[in-house]
Amino acid sequence: MTYIAKPKFHHPGLPKNGLGYTHRDYEGKISTLCAGCGHDSITASIIEACYELSIEPHRVAKISGIGCSSKTPDYFLGNSHGFNSVHGRMPSVLTGANLANRDLIYLGVSGDGDSASIGFGQFAHSIRRGVNMTYIVENNGVYGLTKGQFSATADRGSKSKKGVMNTDNAVDLVAIALQLGASFVARSFSGDKTQLVPLIAAAIEHKGAAFIDVISPCVAFNNHAGSTKSFDYVREHNDAVNRLDVITGREPISVDYAPGTVQVVEQHDGSKIALRKIDADYDAHDRVGAMSFLTKHAAKGQIVTGLLYVDPDADDLHTHLNTVETPLNTLEAKDLCPGTPALDKINASLR
Amino acid sequence: MKPTDISAPDYFHKVVDCQWACPAHTPVPEYIRLIAEGRYSDAYMINWRSNVFPGILGRTCDRPCEPACRRGRVEETPVAICRLKRVAADFKDDVKHRMPRPSAKKNGKRIAIVGGGPASLTVARDLAPLGYHCTVFDADPKAGGMMRTQIPKFRLPDSVIDEETDYILDLGIEFKGGQRIDSLKQLLAENYDAVFVGSGAPRGRELTIPGRKEAASHIHIGIDWLSSVSFGHVEKIGKRVIVLGGGNTAMDCCRTARRLGGEDVKVIVRSGFDEMKASPWEKEDAIHEDIPILNFMVPKAFVHDNGKLTGVTFQKVKAEYDAKGRRNLVPSGEPDETINCDDVLVAVGQENAFPWIERDCGVEFDQWNMPKVDAKTMGSTNPKVFFGGDAAFGPKNIIWAVAHGHDAALSIHKLISGEDITERPLPEVQISSQKMGIHEWSYDNDPTEDKRFKVPHRDKVVALKDIRAEVELGYDLKLALGEARRCLNCDIQTVFTAPLCIECDACVDICPMDCITFTQNGEEADLRQRLKAPSPHPDQDLYVADGLKTGRVMVKDEDVCLHCGLCAERCPTGAWDMQKYLIDMTHAGTSCPSKARSAA
Repeated sequence: MTYIAKPKFHHPGLPKNGLGYTHRDYEGKISTLCAGCGHDSITASIIEACYELSIEPHRVAKISGIGCSSKTPDYFLGNSHGFNSVHGRMPSVLTGANLANRDLIYLGVSGDGDSASIGFGQFAHSIRRGVNMTYIVENNGVYGLTKGQFSATADRGSKSKKGVMNTDNAVDLVAIALQLGASFVARSFSGDKTQLVPLIAAAIEHKGAAFIDVISPCVAFNNHAGSTKSFDYVREHNDAVNRLDVITGREPISVDYAPGTVQVVEQHDGSKIALRKIDADYDAHDRVGAMSFLTKHAAKGQIVTGLLYVDPDADDLHTHLNTVETPLNTLEAKDLCPGTPALDKINASLR
Repeated sequence: MKPTDISAPDYFHKVVDCQWACPAHTPVPEYIRLIAEGRYSDAYMINWRSNVFPGILGRTCDRPCEPACRRGRVEETPVAICRLKRVAADFKDDVKHRMPRPSAKKNGKRIAIVGGGPASLTVARDLAPLGYHCTVFDADPKAGGMMRTQIPKFRLPDSVIDEETDYILDLGIEFKGGQRIDSLKQLLAENYDAVFVGSGAPRGRELTIPGRKEAASHIHIGIDWLSSVSFGHVEKIGKRVIVLGGGNTAMDCCRTARRLGGEDVKVIVRSGFDEMKASPWEKEDAIHEDIPILNFMVPKAFVHDNGKLTGVTFQKVKAEYDAKGRRNLVPSGEPDETINCDDVLVAVGQENAFPWIERDCGVEFDQWNMPKVDAKTMGSTNPKVFFGGDAAFGPKNIIWAVAHGHDAALSIHKLISGEDITERPLPEVQISSQKMGIHEWSYDNDPTEDKRFKVPHRDKVVALKDIRAEVELGYDLKLALGEARRCLNCDIQTVFTAPLCIECDACVDICPMDCITFTQNGEEADLRQRLKAPSPHPDQDLYVADGLKTGRVMVKDEDVCLHCGLCAERCPTGAWDMQKYLIDMTHAGTSCPSKARSAA
């Protein structure tokens, strides 16, 4: 952490988005995480994505659990709604909030401890239900707040800072999200913002459960030789299958790519993503293919990144439940209570 | 781009915009920090070493540093560097004991110095402590040159000039006041080891238009009139005064006229208001004293009634720009205008005059009748004769004169030591990390958002009554501290060590000004397009470092860096560090003695 607040001065030539905001207007308080933490880069990427999408900050609810990662919502979108919930319960709180007010944009921020251990069940059920949200896991493979014990996503065979080998199998949150029916699944790396920012933007625009696993090196406890979540390891083993460009509608769609390498995906809300293929054989619409691709590459020690699966026509929990368009929290008593005559009628029918 | 060579002293010197812009390269942020610490005497001595006349310059400098100040690019206004210099002079303790002593051992070399202005006194100050016998000749009885004769006392009191000229004269300098040099040949015949000419640009330019001769008794040449006022020869002027000209002399003339009985004083200029040569703040001060400035009016004739001046006729013009962007003033077609007045002050420029330099004594002159002077060494074509100040390249200002003086003194010292004067010494650079703890720096790294503080002025009614009453009162200590805090500490440099970098982006994310980008290398023009924030000032360098694991380069646009040190605070590996670069120009006799440049 730093002793001074980030100066309010900004570059005089900073571009502004459709709302007249610069990216600095999407910042929160100054980070209190360790210097160099990957999570701060994810924070910066969320800020950038919200800036690019010209999102009104008061339309966002950012919800988190406990852990280094779950502190980060304090560091972005200082003018948004926020809920720092109990350990592992972010998905449950988010689901509740989403049911109460379907009009907000839900940003769930969690970590590997929060989502793969104590909140594993919550994670699973929010994905399974298709809650309309962007679920970001800031995944560093260690419990940073308690000085770097292996977390459930630490790879078997990777080494702790003190040189101890991890003997447990790793939870692959991406694989589980795919299996449980997430309609937008991606993996990225905190050290690669050009990949991460469009993924976050596309996830925000996606209707349905969007899950992004972001490998985020812990500089204090998990950035050493022997770690599989260090800057060096991830850079060496990163196998990106594609690159995204979010088309905000303001700029024309650029078509200066080799034919067949770009696919424009239109999402449910009309937003478009240009998907630039890096791996020609990878199909981001094939859930089963994605799962087997991931397994094969994981076995080779590769970290597959990019937009791994998207179902542009996905539904969300509200559609499944057939709720009204009006957010439930704004329904008045007269909308909810049919009145005494209706009750009498029901009662009469049961007599 | 090639990686930046930060070991070249000029690279980080340029980042200290104010110091780089200062002709004498005064270490500005260093003295401003000392003011903030309340160490006024130390701040004064840093100034004194570089610019010789802190008290005088703190009131009168043309301030090339301020338009350069980074703060002016970060927000609207630069730091009031000039007036902070005055704070150091105003609040210092007695500094006499900190001044160099007259040399105990003379080296037997004699230097003749023509003129007693800022350039000459700088030469004397630099050389006298080294053992030279310096003789300064001036036509006026006291030292100071134009600082004393042409700058009105309400801007620069005599006491300030006396103090700072005395510091120099006390170094054992022989000052021959009231002694005008009429022949360089004769002076050279006296076998001086070197001669320095700092005689200024003493002639006010004439305005030869009809009526000039006939109405001469009420038409005055600005600089001559100002010095007559300064010596007390002139104490009155008519009620209605027109000042012709748009430079700082014109501003001094009109404000002086207001104090000598001028009630309706106007400044009338040929050019547009914005193109006037006068410094913006001097124009402001004149306007504040109820002096209108009329522009795009070219004087055509002096109107007189049998030799008694009654007014001036002007042709109205407008500016037109040709294909090359050059401005031409063309008649606007409006009818001429005659403005009535009792006196006219002509301040349309100054000229050099060297009637006393014989053309056959080895000093060559160019087609404009100016001596041929080398801009680096200040030497003329006569190896023993050096020039400086306005005498060298025409009218400039005090701080340039000081800079010339330092350069000439260095050349003279090298010449007499038998060295090549064209070989100039590098500046002395001290580098030190400012890290005190994990998040602690030895400087105030938290930039204040305060806007520029105004310097208090004496009440206008009181000020206009007394020509010797200083108008600007200077900052008090509270205002000085506030203004000092506005300095961005540009001499505390962001130093990057690529091999330590793990490319975690922490610095990129925290930088409040979006100065830092990690990207693929390219040509400069291309790189500037790919930075995180726009790069509108190509004169501001890009700091490029290679040797990163991903093969990218770190590019930092120095343009609007706040020097807040957050990049270094957020860096987990210490790849960024905040290091103070104290850059001091090498004056005569101050460098480390080495074989290559023992006298420099």
